[in-house]
Amino acid sequence: MLKTFPKGGIHPAENKITSSKAIKRMPVPKVVYVPIAQHIGIPSEIIVDRKDKVEIGQVIAKSGGFVSSNIHSPVAGTVTKLDMIVDTSGYKKQCIVIRTDVKNESNFEVQDFPLKKEITMGQKDILKHITDSGIVGLGGATFPSHVKLDLKNDNKVDCLIINGVECEPYLTADHRLMLERADEIIVGIQILMHALHINEAVIGIENNKKDAVKALKRAGQSDKRIKVAALQVKYPQGSEKQLIKAILKREVPKGGLPMDVGVIVHNVGTIFSIYLAVQYDQPLIERVVTVTGKKIENASNFWVKIGTPIKDLVAEVGGLPEGTRKIVNGGPMMGKAIKNTDVPVTKGTSGILVISEDEASRQDPKNCIRCGHCVFVCPMGLEPHLLMNLSEKGLYERAASEDIMTCIECGSCSYVCPSHRPLLDYIRFGKSIIKKLNTAKN
Amino acid sequence: MSDSVLYSVFLLVSLGIIAAIVLYVVSKKFYVYEDPLIGEVDDILPAANCGGCGSPGCKAFAEKLVNTEDISELFCPVGGNDVMKQVSAILGKEVAEQDPTVAVLLCQGACEVRPKTTLYQGPRTCAISAMVYGGETDCQYGCLGDGDCVAVCDFDAMCMDENTGLPVIITDKCTSCGACVKACPRDIIEMRPRNKRDLKIFVGCLNQDKAGIAKKACDVACIGCSKCEDICPKDAVIMTDTLAYIDPIACTLCRKCVEVCPTHSIIETNFPPKKVKKPKEDKPKVEKQAIKKVTVANTNVESEKPKTDA
Repeated sequence: MLKTFPKGGIHPAENKITSSKAIKRMPVPKVVYVPIAQHIGIPSEIIVDRKDKVEIGQVIAKSGGFVSSNIHSPVAGTVTKLDMIVDTSGYKKQCIVIRTDVKNESNFEVQDFPLKKEITMGQKDILKHITDSGIVGLGGATFPSHVKLDLKNDNKVDCLIINGVECEPYLTADHRLMLERADEIIVGIQILMHALHINEAVIGIENNKKDAVKALKRAGQSDKRIKVAALQVKYPQGSEKQLIKAILKREVPKGGLPMDVGVIVHNVGTIFSIYLAVQYDQPLIERVVTVTGKKIENASNFWVKIGTPIKDLVAEVGGLPEGTRKIVNGGPMMGKAIKNTDVPVTKGTSGILVISEDEASRQDPKNCIRCGHCVFVCPMGLEPHLLMNLSEKGLYERAASEDIMTCIECGSCSYVCPSHRPLLDYIRFGKSIIKKLNTAKN
Repeated sequence: MSDSVLYSVFLLVSLGIIAAIVLYVVSKKFYVYEDPLIGEVDDILPAANCGGCGSPGCKAFAEKLVNTEDISELFCPVGGNDVMKQVSAILGKEVAEQDPTVAVLLCQGACEVRPKTTLYQGPRTCAISAMVYGGETDCQYGCLGDGDCVAVCDFDAMCMDENTGLPVIITDKCTSCGACVKACPRDIIEMRPRNKRDLKIFVGCLNQDKAGIAKKACDVACIGCSKCEDICPKDAVIMTDTLAYIDPIACTLCRKCVEVCPTHSIIETNFPPKKVKKPKEDKPKVEKQAIKKVTVANTNVESEKPKTDA
């Protein structure tokens, strides 16, 4: 029996259309729009001005605090303006607009970074490289990676978990990366183990990616400290807390961090960019994005520069098919529909999903029939129907005492609800209000 | 026969006496002293329990009025100055006079002037839709049109206009309790002084984008041309970047700004049509324009009676 987390979970149709498509390189965009708030925490501070010439990989916005991150120019070119552009949040946010210099050859050189196994750097240098390279969690949450690695003395971390679960339907970016860059990922893991003095690492992969399991087992066979765990296919296994529970049977306490149970979790994409940052001093300026959808002609995986407008990606796969209703940034479960196709790819964009009308329509909510499906599937053991009612009626204190804040917003409850109730919408709303109330209190 | 009647009469009377004694003892023992003034003040207050004064209900406000030494900062917006004067007479404390206000909608982005570019499928409340994204139109400052303000209005003073998709404020019923101001996630409802005959002039737009972007999103957006600022004789127009705001205290309702506004984003309400002194044949266009403008303004008048009964 394969490992998995014990409570709740669902198994939506996988639809991993692009799992056999090798990662292609997206043509360099003519203009990139780089938002300064691409990560959780404080937005970065812009350090370039209009008409400045920037080089590829140059820092254009520097970290605005501890929980923040540097942002580098994905292309060589000229800053044309500092503008407000609608980003993945659905609101206009500050962006740095850079026009690519077509004559600058560095834009079009494809560097293929041969495998470099020896780790020459010391612990401090490794952490400094990770901080300077603007690396954030590439699984989608975009939490600045150096914050996770900054261990306090009283936290003893004994296990590093690598998240290669990719439990979201449709997305295959991590899958392809694990297949094509297995050796580099293993070196990346060794770098982190070296820097944090950890002697155990487990790569968690769902068993619908047997080839990735095999590839990483082969690449990691020389290092006895690294294990690969094949996991049962179940959503939301890619969530940090569920993954730790599945692999190590440890439970992260309420409101706590994985560090509290001696674990650090990193996504495979993050590990690969850590590898590039440490071994080749490459900042995070591109990532793998799955561009997919049932009616998309050439759905595939791409290396995309941060800041590329999504319309470029859509054009690359053959344009929007007829009857398109939604374009989702991320997967179908946790992703968010974007407002228009000018929205740029950010560090957190793991996929672009094009959904047609018949798949996208939400049905009218009906009354709750007390079937308890939402309670049954909730991986955190909450009562979504109750939390929704409480936040709808404005009883936020009671909602907080019913642990609304531990909700991981996986959307399993809304997915199974036979009455199509907008459970997650209201829970998110309640959470946002409680967060505001708490900050007002402090 | 007569015995049984006597027994039951005796039983009931004695039960009644025992109950009366118990109730008397309890009422003496657990008597709570309440200042009689609280009851008196509570009777005067409007009993709307709207929370507009900041207290949870009229009784709580009455207690606050009685127990607070200096009540010059407390005010019942629903009762207004009349009620506060009576309160002052009862309590013998000074009250501050406040000018009556009325809620005003600072957005006139109806469906036809502000086209929808996306479709929102989530729960139809402004609070959630504002949390999710910038709204169905390209203007992220304007009305979301899901009617959170209408839902919170305790006085039936608001309703949604189905044609424009915007809420309508029925000025006569508005008590300026401020519930809608708090409910609106976009802060597009403002309390402005209630003038005679409900005359108002205000900028019906909060779009802070640059002119081109604002105009593209909404035909009646303020584009920040500052023509109104230039023409205003009383310096009542305050420009912040690309948005004008008319200070209601400085404004003398001269209506000069309304005419110069190129996008008609300055709204005038309840003014009589402008008299044209001597209609000369040389300038018939002016007259036409003036009338046209008034009709445009009238379609947006909040005090207009709703088409459907709320």
